[in-house]
Amino acid sequence: MIRIEDLDFSYGRDGFRLTVPKLEVAAGEKVAWIGPSGSGKTTLLNLTAGIVSPDHGRIVVSGEELSALGDARRRDFRVRRIGMVFQEFELLDYLDVLDNILLPYRINDSLTLGPEVIERARALAEGVEIGDKLHRDVQKLSRGEQQRVALCRAVLTGPDVILADEPTGNLDPSNKERVLDILFRYADEHEATLVMVTHDRDLLPRFERVLDFDELCTPAPAPAQEARA
Amino acid sequence: MSDSLYLAWRYMRHHKLKTAILIGSVTLILYLPLALQVLVDRATEQLSARARSTPLIVGARGSAVELALSTLYFESRSPAPIRMAEVERIRATGLAAPIPMHVRFRVRNQRIVGTTLDYFDFRGLRVGRGRPLAKLGECVLGAAAAAALQAGPGDRVNSSSEALFDLAGVYPLRMRVVGVLERTHGPDDEAVFVDIKTAWIIEGLGHGHQDLASVGAEGRVLERKDGRIVANASVVQYTEITAENEDSFHFHGDRSGFPLTAILALPPDDKSKTLLLGRYLGRDETSQVLEPVAVMEELVGTVARVRSWVIAAVVLVTLATALTMVLVFWLSLRLRRRELETMARIGCSRRTVASLVVCEIAVVFAFSVVLAGALTGVTSLYGPSLIRGLIL
Repeated sequence: MIRIEDLDFSYGRDGFRLTVPKLEVAAGEKVAWIGPSGSGKTTLLNLTAGIVSPDHGRIVVSGEELSALGDARRRDFRVRRIGMVFQEFELLDYLDVLDNILLPYRINDSLTLGPEVIERARALAEGVEIGDKLHRDVQKLSRGEQQRVALCRAVLTGPDVILADEPTGNLDPSNKERVLDILFRYADEHEATLVMVTHDRDLLPRFERVLDFDELCTPAPAPAQEARA
Repeated sequence: MSDSLYLAWRYMRHHKLKTAILIGSVTLILYLPLALQVLVDRATEQLSARARSTPLIVGARGSAVELALSTLYFESRSPAPIRMAEVERIRATGLAAPIPMHVRFRVRNQRIVGTTLDYFDFRGLRVGRGRPLAKLGECVLGAAAAAALQAGPGDRVNSSSEALFDLAGVYPLRMRVVGVLERTHGPDDEAVFVDIKTAWIIEGLGHGHQDLASVGAEGRVLERKDGRIVANASVVQYTEITAENEDSFHFHGDRSGFPLTAILALPPDDKSKTLLLGRYLGRDETSQVLEPVAVMEELVGTVARVRSWVIAAVVLVTLATALTMVLVFWLSLRLRRRELETMARIGCSRRTVASLVVCEIAVVFAFSVVLAGALTGVTSLYGPSLIRGLIL
């Protein structure tokens, strides 16, 4: 469950400003966030993930008030409870498929990498049909396969919430559907909340709810140098 | 930490060239001053040890350094000769045991050292293969000389001509190798030892040829007068001393006037040493006696001063390279900024980010330390002879 109240955030004194009076996403709900570029979708996703902190207001994710946590606790919370999926996949080119999936367990001491985790990673890879490519260089995979590796990495810790920032933006139609299928299947099986930022209106019918940022919040005009979705 | 180390290791394996350059740079930074220190220490230690073990050197007046280097290390130019009579003069004083030294010729790049068997006892040289010198025309090789000449007992080696177009000059002598000395890790390893008389034969002071008194040699004789025979150019001179012709080898002139490059004088005690030093203080004295320790200390002092300058230069180079490395690591971090940001967005702790960088640097340094250590070890084994060659 995600609950945001009286949120106020800005990049510097004269920069972009985002105000969200109230926003709730129920546990297990699948929501699409849409809106024009610069409306603050990615910023709100980063606030929800605890990557940045609001100037004012409350952000509660899975019962934890992120806005009250320090940076280290927010990082620990994020790696354990939130699965992040990115448009550019953000895989590490020097790691093979398996090591990319296991990455969350190698970068935060609050998670312990053991044989059962590796087995889970293998099973996830099998589930998205890349089980035979575990030790392959990620650069040698197709873009669809790369995004599937990124999805496995996002869900390996069994998160309550998946925050996906245009995960299908760089994929062909068949891979788009496939990625969505995987995300929805995980959310259904684990009763996880799915929030996806997208510009692709063809995908919206699959979501239970669509939040239009034009109606949700009132961002100030964005300076040209700020890059936001 | 093990996960950070693993990630750093994978990163470095993936970027092999960058990692190799970094490791190479750090290895050189560590190796250069270490090697310099080890080389100079070992070389000066060897130089001093050799000098300490040699009480006195007698030679012609002139450069003391040249005389010491030629006699101790068979390096440098040959000093002006002294006469064999000087050996008898020292022996007659009863103040020291003299060992004649003749260091002038070479077998390819290896010095021929003409001396007596006393030299082998004095230096504690032992024959590893074959036997010691016994006859004229034989030679015993130092271990390194044997390797360089690819020769062993039973082989033949030729002394080098001094002047290719000097028809009246020194001709090569073909010598039999009868033994190879055990390795001493000193200058004796590089030498070709011959008896002093063999050295004189190489110098042309003795020779062997067809017997002109025999029946059938009349055609080669130009004149016989007062027991002196003058022969024409058809007389065959031997270039190798064999069992068949060794009796024909003989010296012309008074042997007491034959040349030596130096004499090792071994006094039994300090008093004898001091007295012998006093004998050579006369103004009209054409020979000099020197204490190798004093000469080498002066030389080593010069080396130490040079080393200080070299170390200062190395420190500056190290500083410059270290700054470059800081730049390399900083640029590397900038290149990896997106990757590190992704990790942070997933939930990477700040400590992990720091430890990733530290691990990468630590792995580079660990490899470099091991490599620099190994190189320094190799340098310590083989370098002193190299730097001795450079110093001398």
